[in-house]
Amino acid sequence: MNVAPYAVAAWLLLVGIYGVVTSRHLVHLVLSLVVAQASTYVLLLAIGYRTGGRAPIFFDIPPGTPVVDPVVQALMLTDVVVEATVSAVLLALAVQAHKRFGSADPDRLGELRG
Amino acid sequence: MSPAVRRAIALAALAGLGVALLVACLGLPDFGHPRGPYATAVIPLSLDHRHVTSAVAGVTFDIRGIDTLGEELILFSAAVGATVLLRSQRAEEDARDAIERHHELAERTPAPVRGLGAALAGPLLVLGVYIVAHGQLTPGGGFQGGVVLASAFLLVYAAGHFIRLGRVKPESLVEAAEAAGAGAYVLIALGGLVFAGAAMENFLPYGTTGELLSGGTIPVLNAAVGVEVCGAIVLILSELLDQAMLRHEDA
Amino acid sequence: MSVLLLVTLALVALTGTATVLVRDPARQLVVAGIFGLALAIMFFAFGAPDVALSQIAVSAVAVPVMALLTLVRFDRDDE
Repeated sequence: MNVAPYAVAAWLLLVGIYGVVTSRHLVHLVLSLVVAQASTYVLLLAIGYRTGGRAPIFFDIPPGTPVVDPVVQALMLTDVVVEATVSAVLLALAVQAHKRFGSADPDRLGELRG
Repeated sequence: MSPAVRRAIALAALAGLGVALLVACLGLPDFGHPRGPYATAVIPLSLDHRHVTSAVAGVTFDIRGIDTLGEELILFSAAVGATVLLRSQRAEEDARDAIERHHELAERTPAPVRGLGAALAGPLLVLGVYIVAHGQLTPGGGFQGGVVLASAFLLVYAAGHFIRLGRVKPESLVEAAEAAGAGAYVLIALGGLVFAGAAMENFLPYGTTGELLSGGTIPVLNAAVGVEVCGAIVLILSELLDQAMLRHEDA
Repeated sequence: MSVLLLVTLALVALTGTATVLVRDPARQLVVAGIFGLALAIMFFAFGAPDVALSQIAVSAVAVPVMALLTLVRFDRDDE
């Protein structure tokens, strides 16, 4: 049972990459990439978890209570918002590709030349 | 190669990767016992040295502040990149057509939707500012509050109203806000170099722990990040909508 | 390893698989929103409220809206 979080992280990565490789629509590809990125969040949280620890906010708990690791949370915090904007860049590229080639299928992107 | 062959090769390769990952997982530390002294050493540093009650904010903006600077610049360049890509093929007629089309759609929006959107936009703005301001005390901060602020703008648009600004061209106002946020963060980092001897070092008074104005430069950094994230997301959304979300008064 | 953690992890794995297996993008972005919500609940269970707040805001507002607007652009460019 102790391997469960790491197994879920590995499973999400594999499923996400499978979705990217066998995708037939550019927007489906971007959303599968979001699933693959979520595997890193699960992995980081699983590394930083302390059994019996609470959230690392000391507003209402006395200093000295065991808390989970705040460093991995700081790494993930900015990453979640940055992932959204990087997905926006990928979607903008998809719009350009569709306008240029007339199809949203990644398999047909290189064929048509305007 | 045909899709079926590609799928078979992908499954075989992913099975190999899965086995390798599982073997690697067995070498990780036990779940629930984080190894490494960094986790416990960081907490008294945030609480006593930096006077913030949220250890995550202390790590994000002080102890690992350079990482946050890099991430914010990634966000800035991603927003600029998406804008450049979406604007490069946009003609003037497209923007005007989009605004006309959204005018017609706005007339067909049912009254309860318009009323609900108008009623919720104000509380959402207040909630966003609250989340940004309390970043060093409770869960929150510039990144989360910035997205909530951007969603307030989106709600106004979805309720059938346009965001009317004055004589300033709306897209330049949003771009200026985004650039100001990113620039303010860099300036505060350099201010640490100028006033306190090391980049990102704190140079404002600390205040008392638990008050709204505690933590030195952390509330100011939170505000800069909030403005920048809000500007970036509003810019991307309005570009995807062909700038029908913001418009200026026809003088 | 409490039951809550196991249940949230199982939910995340299930919705993640569902997101990839739904092929139509207009339906997939709704499932992606649900996946984001399941991730946020998992973050809360693991003691990370800051990250959960980020994840809720981003996965409910930013990503599905951007994907939907891209699909609308595709349809309009086809005309």
